[in-house]
Amino acid sequence: MLNLALPPQLANVVTRLPAAPPSLAFSAVANRLLWPALKTLDWQALAGRRYAIRVKDLGLNLRFTVTQSGFAADSGAPDLTISATARDFLLLLARREDPDTLFFSRRLVSEGDTELGLTVKNLLDALDPDTVLRQLPAPLARAAQRWMAA
Amino acid sequence: MPAEFERSTTIALDLICPAGSLVSLKAAIDHGADAVYMGFRDNTNARAFPGLNFDEAQAAEGLRYAHDRGRKVLLALNTYPQADTWSRWTGAVDRAAKLGMDAVILADAGLMRYAVKQHPQLRLHLSVQGSATSYEAVNFYREHFGIQRAVLPRVLSLPQVENVVKHTDVEIELFGFGGLCVMVEGRCLLSSYCTGESPNSAGVCSPAKAVQWTETPAGLESRLNGVLLDRYGKNEKAGYPTLCKGRFNVGGETYYAIEEPTSLNTLDLLPDMLKIGVAAIKIEGRQRSPAYVTQVTKVWRAAIDAVKKNADAFKPTPAWQAELNKLSEGQSHTLGAYHRPWK
Repeated sequence: MLNLALPPQLANVVTRLPAAPPSLAFSAVANRLLWPALKTLDWQALAGRRYAIRVKDLGLNLRFTVTQSGFAADSGAPDLTISATARDFLLLLARREDPDTLFFSRRLVSEGDTELGLTVKNLLDALDPDTVLRQLPAPLARAAQRWMAA
Repeated sequence: MPAEFERSTTIALDLICPAGSLVSLKAAIDHGADAVYMGFRDNTNARAFPGLNFDEAQAAEGLRYAHDRGRKVLLALNTYPQADTWSRWTGAVDRAAKLGMDAVILADAGLMRYAVKQHPQLRLHLSVQGSATSYEAVNFYREHFGIQRAVLPRVLSLPQVENVVKHTDVEIELFGFGGLCVMVEGRCLLSSYCTGESPNSAGVCSPAKAVQWTETPAGLESRLNGVLLDRYGKNEKAGYPTLCKGRFNVGGETYYAIEEPTSLNTLDLLPDMLKIGVAAIKIEGRQRSPAYVTQVTKVWRAAIDAVKKNADAFKPTPAWQAELNKLSEGQSHTLGAYHRPWK
């Protein structure tokens, strides 16, 4: 199993970084890897909404919006904040765990606009995982497939 | 087993799995569901959540996927139409017939009448929302609308289920796993006292727009339109934010005054259900994600195959139970009303 916890020293450094560079980096990576698949979804009703992903064990707070052209880093107050550990986020991304399951067991916390959260969840659930895998660079797609089947 | 009726089919313990999206539908079929049930993207079904469910093109693709693999698709049209929105529900029946749904799951008698008149070839199932708990009620729907199957409300003990099965030729479907409701299915108005929307006409108990979750120093709080439903301590499992599953101060004591948030899990009862002649087992959870559908379908396919192979030796494995417990809402699981040893 992947050990995703950062060494404490490194986690300390990450925690003290301002939010902007990680959010910029996240948006850039998400645009490169995920947007080609995600752009097939209907984001129109969600235009201008602000999200925060809090990766608790890494001390990361990623803030962004989703526009017609993809992810964009954002510094405004988020409409929706989702918090979990890096490992649980990866389990969700790989469709190995159900968000409600993690929510019942308190591993996933959703704060802010519940309807927005549910809309995004259902939007992403409707995305065929093969669509995402096809758009990934081949080595990454292979790694993702192994992780999804683990 | 004494049978007053000759059954036209030998269908037994068909596994009926939930599909909130095409991805979930494929997951259910790929992992062994005999049929899936779905809803259209509006309040004609009881899981009317934003972004969930199927438009016509997706429904058509889902039907193709299932039929290519010899499985069935059932459409839940199980809310109650109102006078001013009647045509939305009849339109949904028309679309179901046009698409070639294997059955529609209806609760409203008026809608059944419409379906029988307009689409006599369309197979009808009586929804759990129809609240038919006796064979007299089930047979009434049979005589008047020709229903082929009834989903029984989760209020009957197994001997009561057996009594229904013995006195009708309608196939009987039981809930096997998933979230429980306060068991006045089809007639519950509880959440409308908070939200102004009746669950059985608006298609959802707790509309997402009325739900608020907040982390506070005292714990995780859930509110419905401002009304505090529950406050979960640090290590307590959370549940869905429905009024029936909240903790309230009654007579100076704070507790689950209406219902505890537990999940139904009837794996232990499968041999009895097979013996009684239950036609199908329904898994709750169209609101859940494809991961849930995959996990729950795998377990139930294995369990149903095992019980059909050798009912006497059947015993749920700890691995199955652990997997299902993990998926459960609330603290634990229950056999629900099916098991009442004092009866």
